[in-house]
Amino acid sequence: MEISVTVNGVKHTAEVEGRTLLVHFVREQLGMTGTNIGCDTSSCGACSVHLDGEAVKSCTILAVQADGTEITTIEGMAGADGTLHPMQQAFMENHGLQCGYCTPGMVMAATSLLKENPNPTEEDVRLGLEGNLCRCTGYHNIVQSVLAAAKA
Amino acid sequence: MTTIETTHTTNGVIGQRLLRKEDPALLTGEARYTNDLQIPGALHLAVLRSPYAHAKILRVDLSRALEMPGVRAAYSGADLADLWAAPMPCAWPVTDDMKNPVHYPLATSTACYVGDGVACVLAETDAIARDALEAIEVDYEPLRAVVGLEDALSDEVVIHPDLGTNKSYTWNLLVEETEGAVEAAFASATYTVAERYVQQRLLPMAMETRAVAAVPQPFGGDITLYSSTQVPHILKVMTAITLGIPEHQVRVVAPAVGGGFGSKLNVYAEELLCVALSRKIGLPVRWNEERSENSMATIHGRGQIQNIELAADAEGKLTAVRVRLLADMGAYLQLVTPGIPILGAFLYAGVYHIPKAYDFSCTAAFTNLTPTDAYRGAGRPEATYAIERAMDALAREVGVDPLEIRRRNFIPTEAYPYEAFSGLTYDSGDHDLAATKAAEMIDYDGLRARQAEVNVPGSTKRLGIGVSTYFEMCGLAPSRVLASLNYGAGGWEAATVRVLPTNKVQVVTGTSPHGQGHETSWSMIVADKLGVDPADVHVLHSDTAISPLGLDTYGSRSLPVGGVAVAMACDKVIDKAKQIAAHQLEAAVEDLTFEDGSFSVQGSPDRALPLAAIAFAAFTAHNLPDGLEPNLEAQVSYDPPNFSWPFGTHMCAVEVDLETGKVDLITYVAVDDCGVQINPLIVDGQVHGGVVQGIAQALYEEAVYDVDGNLTTSTLAEYLVPAASDVPSIITGHTVTPSPTNQLGVKGVGEAGTIGAAPAVINAVVDALKEFGVTDVPMPASPLTVWNTLNNARANHSSGGTS
Ligand code: FES
Ligand code: FES
Repeated sequence: MEISVTVNGVKHTAEVEGRTLLVHFVREQLGMTGTNIGCDTSSCGACSVHLDGEAVKSCTILAVQADGTEITTIEGMAGADGTLHPMQQAFMENHGLQCGYCTPGMVMAATSLLKENPNPTEEDVRLGLEGNLCRCTGYHNIVQSVLAAAKA
Repeated sequence: MTTIETTHTTNGVIGQRLLRKEDPALLTGEARYTNDLQIPGALHLAVLRSPYAHAKILRVDLSRALEMPGVRAAYSGADLADLWAAPMPCAWPVTDDMKNPVHYPLATSTACYVGDGVACVLAETDAIARDALEAIEVDYEPLRAVVGLEDALSDEVVIHPDLGTNKSYTWNLLVEETEGAVEAAFASATYTVAERYVQQRLLPMAMETRAVAAVPQPFGGDITLYSSTQVPHILKVMTAITLGIPEHQVRVVAPAVGGGFGSKLNVYAEELLCVALSRKIGLPVRWNEERSENSMATIHGRGQIQNIELAADAEGKLTAVRVRLLADMGAYLQLVTPGIPILGAFLYAGVYHIPKAYDFSCTAAFTNLTPTDAYRGAGRPEATYAIERAMDALAREVGVDPLEIRRRNFIPTEAYPYEAFSGLTYDSGDHDLAATKAAEMIDYDGLRARQAEVNVPGSTKRLGIGVSTYFEMCGLAPSRVLASLNYGAGGWEAATVRVLPTNKVQVVTGTSPHGQGHETSWSMIVADKLGVDPADVHVLHSDTAISPLGLDTYGSRSLPVGGVAVAMACDKVIDKAKQIAAHQLEAAVEDLTFEDGSFSVQGSPDRALPLAAIAFAAFTAHNLPDGLEPNLEAQVSYDPPNFSWPFGTHMCAVEVDLETGKVDLITYVAVDDCGVQINPLIVDGQVHGGVVQGIAQALYEEAVYDVDGNLTTSTLAEYLVPAASDVPSIITGHTVTPSPTNQLGVKGVGEAGTIGAAPAVINAVVDALKEFGVTDVPMPASPLTVWNTLNNARANHSSGGTS
């Protein structure tokens, strides 16, 4: 099946199998490996991307379902001049990452969270990131990062 | 014990909350984990795993799989038997008579746990390879599975018949001032407690599952192994040994690694399969673990039954400790499986002074379950849990506050360096200070007062307060002490510091970070020593071609061993640079001082040369002292004189809902003392993550098996790794008691949080329910478990009251 998606502002037309998941399409066919895979039960959120502006778990969507959409992955977050996105900057300044494996998904989920709720409480952030697991940070600094980004 | 003066902070870099160098690559998706590597022409390996916990393999038929388009090869365990020069390695035969079953990457005659590999496929894509597994036919003869430890020790079913028993070993540590001291102490004790605790099995669940890629050079003979591992150096040696490949032709690279927590401190079947098969067929072979596969094929943690007895005098001071441990090895011994309970063997007296009256014995048994091995803390969280829970039991017996019973028993600060009952020397500590600080931070007295107010009949909630104090015991060394424990490797670490001609610095370290921020911390150490900007330091690691010497990252060893090695290499560089400076300044070496990156002649500060000038001079080699080699670089292999002993106090408050059994963790305070902190930002991060893994054991996580040995929690939907909404913020505090055994004054910190947390939380839960006669709540203290425990206690309580 042929699909046409815009990923990080670049339009891609590609042939995909019906069973190909969006995350595999992005990682394997487009070679953009920033989006990670952490589970096989849509539980971890490591694969979160923005689809038409909203955070989705890209392991829960078939590539064919993304036909005609605009997708942003972690590779599309920093400016072309290398400036980090404010959320990435906040994660850096608040030590919101250790091994970094959950981080792309966290950053995508967190930016989407702030879009919906620009002034969240700590509780809001914790609940809002419920679908994204991190094994390293204990979440403390991730929450601090998101709260800091909200203020930035 | 020799003590070494702390010699840092020449320019104040150490101790700053410097942002991490690692972050931009990780935050932008630029970092490459093993499965991100693009390897042209690679075939994909998939492993067929036994669906039975215990079964004879009667027949493996690969023919249908081999016919599938895109499948290049398929093998049974028997087909590959001649690829292995030696069985899978176990590097820690803890006793001379330890039983160690022969273990190959694929089982040949008997599958010994659900997940044991029995056949494999190589195909053009991962999807084809996994599809092809379904076309492999295996005839099994199911055997009864041995799931429990008591069942295992009955030897009714022997898992490895050639061993004749399911018992792997019994390891004893009996320390008595005079023979019979332990017996005598218990006989004359005013108070005794005897407790039994279960350390449930845990799944490490690093967010990145394992991944492997082996890239051969069929004509050159070399092979590169990429693996999501904590231990590229150990893996290189073991790959050479188990496959009979010349070690100098093996290169191991750990690309970005998405967490390990001990689970990637191993030599795994898939690593050996990828290397062996890639050499066999002359093409790259890669493998990527799925999460539900990870739950079975990657080691588990914990899995112990602990019996601990304490004897105490009239004041509640400990007079003897007796421990009987049963440890679940799982089906085979992986790299350090048998050593894990032994790592805790010295810690069942906690941070307390006891006389020489200590009786520890651990019996380890095989079961038809996934092998256990190191998981964050490895033996030390288990030991700390037992003694800290038992200290609360003792406090109840004596009738004093849990904090008070601890204070009465702390090793006094003035006793440091302290020679423990075991003969080990604890380097430095101030337990009372850490406890006092934690108590202030959480307002311990205020909480106790509030508890008395709110825990009243009629209320459906109960407030509980939990305390735990601990040692981390890390940076295992020196190597000769490890030899006395039968450990199959050393405890040293290597570092090279190289000042490039333009005064930029390259550091090569033998540690292998996977989230700990060594690039940042090592840069800070070098910046401090050499007076350069941390941004001008680059740290190379995790590639045995670049860093040929090292012992990798585990057991909170990286800073107290690897970081100190970096500092020592800087000293050597300074010594050499000083000789060049003296030569060029026409001064005596003894008359030179080095400060802020510049050498100057004492008394005449205008006669000075910056390190930058020396670096360039060492490169041009135009004007060096006679006999001095060009270039400014130094290498160190450092074998520390002792373990390092970080310590601390954790306190927390919980609210237990009596109607639902739900435990709400309201506040958590962690006061850790890891000596001098290189980067407090990173230290706090390590504590946060560690504490949450400990909370996870206390409240959420358990690898659950059914009676047939099937893991019923194999996905992240069933195995409850806590999310952000399940845990509170962690309030961290620190005291700083420098280690006198190394020049930086540092200790480790990676496991401290996990060690302190589980007992603090469960002590709080038990404390909340004490009025109902609850003295134990099994882990994980899920709502159902708490509710059941409470109701049983209430039933006993009321029947006890009326009889
Ligand atoms: S990989 Fe998509 S939710 Fe885990
Ligand atoms: S930083 Fe490692 S999983 Fe989140």
